[in-house]
Amino acid sequence: MKLMKSMKNDYSLSGTMDFNYDELGLRVGLEVHQQLDTKAKLFCKCSTKLYEGSFEGVARIERYLRVTKSEIGEVDPAAVFEFMKGKKIIYLAPSNHTCGVELDEEPPHELNREALEIALGIAMGFKSKVVDEVHVMRKIVVDGSNTTGFQRTAIIALGGELDDDEGIVRIQTICLEEDSARKIDDLGDAVVYNLDRLGIPLIEIATAPDIKSPEQALRVASKIGLMLRLTNKVKRGLGTIRQDLNISIKDGAKIEIKGVQRLELLPKVIMYEVLRQLKLLEIKNELIRRGVREEDIQDRIYDVTNLFRDTKSRLISGNVSKGYKVYAACLKGFKGLLKLELQPGRRFGTELSDYARQWGGTSGIIHTDELPAYGISHDEVLELYKYLGANIESDAIVLTVGPEDRCINALRAVINRAKEALRGIPKETRAANEDGTTRYMRPQPGAARMYPETDVPPVKIDERIIKEALKYVPKDPGSVYDELVRKYSLSQELSRQLLRSPYITYFYELVQEFGDEIPPQYVASLLTIHIGSLRNEGVPVENLSIEVIKHALNALRQGRLSRDGVINVLREYALDNRRPISELIEKYSTALDIKYIYDAVHRVIDSNIDELVKRKDKAFNIVMGRVMNELRGKADGKLVAEVVKKVLNERLGHGY
Amino acid sequence: MDFTGSQVRPGDLVRIFKDGYVIEGIVMPLTEYSSKDLLVIKLSNGYNVGISIAGARIEVIKERYINIEELTAEEPRVSFVRGMSDKLISVISTGGTIVSKVEYGTGAVKPAITAEELLEFVPELKDLGSIEVVDLFRLLSENMDPDHWTAIANTVAKKLNGGVDGIVVTHGTDTMSYTASALAFALRNLPMPIAMVGSQRSSDRPSSDAALNLLSAAITSLNAPFGEVVVVMHGVISDSYSLVHRGVKVRKMHSSRRDAFQSINDLPLAKVDYSSRKLIMINSRYIKRCTKGELIVMPKFEKKVALVKAYPGFNHEIIDFLVDRGYRGIVIEGTGLGHISESCISSIRRAVEDDVIIAMATQAIFGRVNMNVYTTGRRLLLSGVLPASDMLPETAYVKLSWLLGNFSDLNEVRGLFTVNLVHEINEVHEERLFPKWYHGL
Ligand SMILES: [Zn+2]
Repeated sequence: MKLMKSMKNDYSLSGTMDFNYDELGLRVGLEVHQQLDTKAKLFCKCSTKLYEGSFEGVARIERYLRVTKSEIGEVDPAAVFEFMKGKKIIYLAPSNHTCGVELDEEPPHELNREALEIALGIAMGFKSKVVDEVHVMRKIVVDGSNTTGFQRTAIIALGGELDDDEGIVRIQTICLEEDSARKIDDLGDAVVYNLDRLGIPLIEIATAPDIKSPEQALRVASKIGLMLRLTNKVKRGLGTIRQDLNISIKDGAKIEIKGVQRLELLPKVIMYEVLRQLKLLEIKNELIRRGVREEDIQDRIYDVTNLFRDTKSRLISGNVSKGYKVYAACLKGFKGLLKLELQPGRRFGTELSDYARQWGGTSGIIHTDELPAYGISHDEVLELYKYLGANIESDAIVLTVGPEDRCINALRAVINRAKEALRGIPKETRAANEDGTTRYMRPQPGAARMYPETDVPPVKIDERIIKEALKYVPKDPGSVYDELVRKYSLSQELSRQLLRSPYITYFYELVQEFGDEIPPQYVASLLTIHIGSLRNEGVPVENLSIEVIKHALNALRQGRLSRDGVINVLREYALDNRRPISELIEKYSTALDIKYIYDAVHRVIDSNIDELVKRKDKAFNIVMGRVMNELRGKADGKLVAEVVKKVLNERLGHGY
Repeated sequence: MDFTGSQVRPGDLVRIFKDGYVIEGIVMPLTEYSSKDLLVIKLSNGYNVGISIAGARIEVIKERYINIEELTAEEPRVSFVRGMSDKLISVISTGGTIVSKVEYGTGAVKPAITAEELLEFVPELKDLGSIEVVDLFRLLSENMDPDHWTAIANTVAKKLNGGVDGIVVTHGTDTMSYTASALAFALRNLPMPIAMVGSQRSSDRPSSDAALNLLSAAITSLNAPFGEVVVVMHGVISDSYSLVHRGVKVRKMHSSRRDAFQSINDLPLAKVDYSSRKLIMINSRYIKRCTKGELIVMPKFEKKVALVKAYPGFNHEIIDFLVDRGYRGIVIEGTGLGHISESCISSIRRAVEDDVIIAMATQAIFGRVNMNVYTTGRRLLLSGVLPASDMLPETAYVKLSWLLGNFSDLNEVRGLFTVNLVHEINEVHEERLFPKWYHGL
């Protein structure tokens, strides 16, 4: 417990967790998946843009995937088999975004050259050794996210490394692979996927487990992300980059965490996982202290529907009236442990509930550590203990309600998970939540099930491809920073912000386009601070393409837009990109008659003349503010200031 | 010990030192496309990569670390697994991708040809009955020829006489409709449906259509009221139902889709719903099951029969050539209502005089040949060309081959060609028989 200074017996998790990661033996490996911005998908000619329309009239195809036992890893293959058995998968296939290849109705076309060249360029940037011939493989994936039942993936380079303050982090492999379909709904006995994303090229960069702290993980992931962006050939926006982690500590287990979408979350995810593993070890020790043995935990599942004949619990009576039943299982010796918090807001009971959901498809569990609640009375709890022959002082009881087979599967999974608690930390694949906590997804697969994709011929990497790929080799991030500070005279803070932003490549393109006519400092702050505050306003800034920004800056250069006008135009365009940008530039144009500005200034002075005379020192600010307000960003502030000064000097004497 | 690239063999575990990198893995056989100066290495993570051996030092850690063997041709064999009911289903395996499985160690896809292997993939078959698998051929369907039709027909006949409750014939999809037609003519008065089945997605993939097709085929053969040779395949691209097509009326209409097989100029006989596993009849025109004793087996086929397509620029020498080479029958896949350039008429006349049977089907696929409408058609008829009515060109070809193989009297051949034997001719084309295409909203 000395490792967790802030952990108290009340298990409150607020405040920072001050772990000594060195002593804990933290090891983290990172897998960064980034969508490439290619014209076509990896194995067909469909667009890599996502579908945004409605699903009305969109083709809907229903499938089942069939897995034989040899296709699943070594860990509990039978279990995974059961997991997908009979699960219906519904695919939505919007036209223009999908064709026979996504639907698995047509064999894949040849590997997309553009994607391969970009990926090879990136690999060279990481000093990774490019293979001499690329072989596309089929990696079995049975959750339905690939219509084929496998993901097409190829190693394009091996090895490589990244410098970091805490030491070198090795790259293990760089793969080019197809993105999976987007899950849009889970109906319990069916999953719904949109196929628009399936087949978008992804580059996967996997590091060795050389990362030793949450902060280092963030730095390494940021650096990989920056290098990817520097190619100018990757997609921007939420969901286009995903981080997977594998995390282990001494005495713990190597846990896989999938789908961290926001970089900033990485340290939190790692910290919370360390916490979770420590708490699970704590539970294990407590169970041992209580003398609980694995064989004490019975597999028996009880139908307890009758105990709730007259229940006030609407949760239960509602389900029972639908013909469902209530089932219970006893977790001997677990009293109090289910309410133990493992991660903020996630108790051990939540973990058990996830198992019930995943394996039984039930809505979760109710357990005695949280009762009486949900309208279940204390008397009913007593009855329950009596019926199961359980000890109310030391045992916990878990309930679930629903159709019989689902409940049985759910409780079976709960019982097995409880037994695992005695052994320590089960090897799991977990999914990242928005708040940095994680939830159980599935057991870890054993060795990946792979075999060659014989429909796609291998690609020999010759000099011609390498020559094309050299175009995409990203610059070294260190040299980019120096260049921003020295060549473009950006402040250190602004340079760092720009490097962190998704728009670093926009900066280079815009500076090249506008040269000295628009100061690079302004371009940099537009791309970081201004677009950043638009994002904070909730404006979907991912709609702003480089072309749109160019149009706006071109209008600025020509004096047709003020700097405020640029922001207004970008905001409005991002909010509704169906309107042509030229129309918006017209709307916010400063091509106002200069006379109009003069008129406004005179009008403001006239109506405030007494105040201005009295507060001569504030006169400029008063007039300036009110005129700008009246013109509402239609005029450039600098120009208005000149006019205000001139008129004030004329009418109230010198000194403005 | 160090080796050069040519000294290592597939299956060896090796370590390759190159450009300061070390790569360890198992040597895989080269693919047809791989360049010869490479080694394909399977890494421990399961991926294959190609590494050029130029400038590489190769260390063999263990020779023949895994066993990579070529599949050897074996004698046909029969395997059996007892099922949950007293029914017996015989599965005659002729090849294709419908029954194949992956060996993950080598990445090789191999045919699964025992009953055990089949049931591992489609365990539900066991609910229907005991399963016997006859490993007859392992042929890609493009390599199937009339001798194979004869062998399959004889095998099926033997099973029918031996007492089984259902017969399923697995087949590659490319020429499955030809074999189906061949069996339909060769085996008449059937006591049960002979269900032919294939897969458009090979069964080594989790998304394969093979399992549901197989299951539907078995259900059809056990339960359907008709005694016909049928093809059972996905009806739509969803896994919702299979269609049971009459073998002489079905055609592969797409190179890759699951629902490529469709009935042409006829309704499908039935469908099999996946969720209920029920057979639902669609077509009331069918041949009823006969008793076992009524079975007629005529399994011979004439190989000197050709199927040729008419096209602009078609040279009559092609017909002359076939006649000179001793061909006994030619089916022309004519244009429209059944035409070929008038420049061929004298060659056709010569052929007919030489006792070569010339038949005319339409390359329009849908609809019927009618040679009375235009002059060329009338002249062709007068030259002795037999109109194939609404028979598919492929069916007409198989029928002519079968007639010439089993009947020596050419007048009888001519007579039988134009009459309906097993519903290969449908006299009534309802409007709904023609598919609807997408024409915009
Ligand atoms: Zn496509």
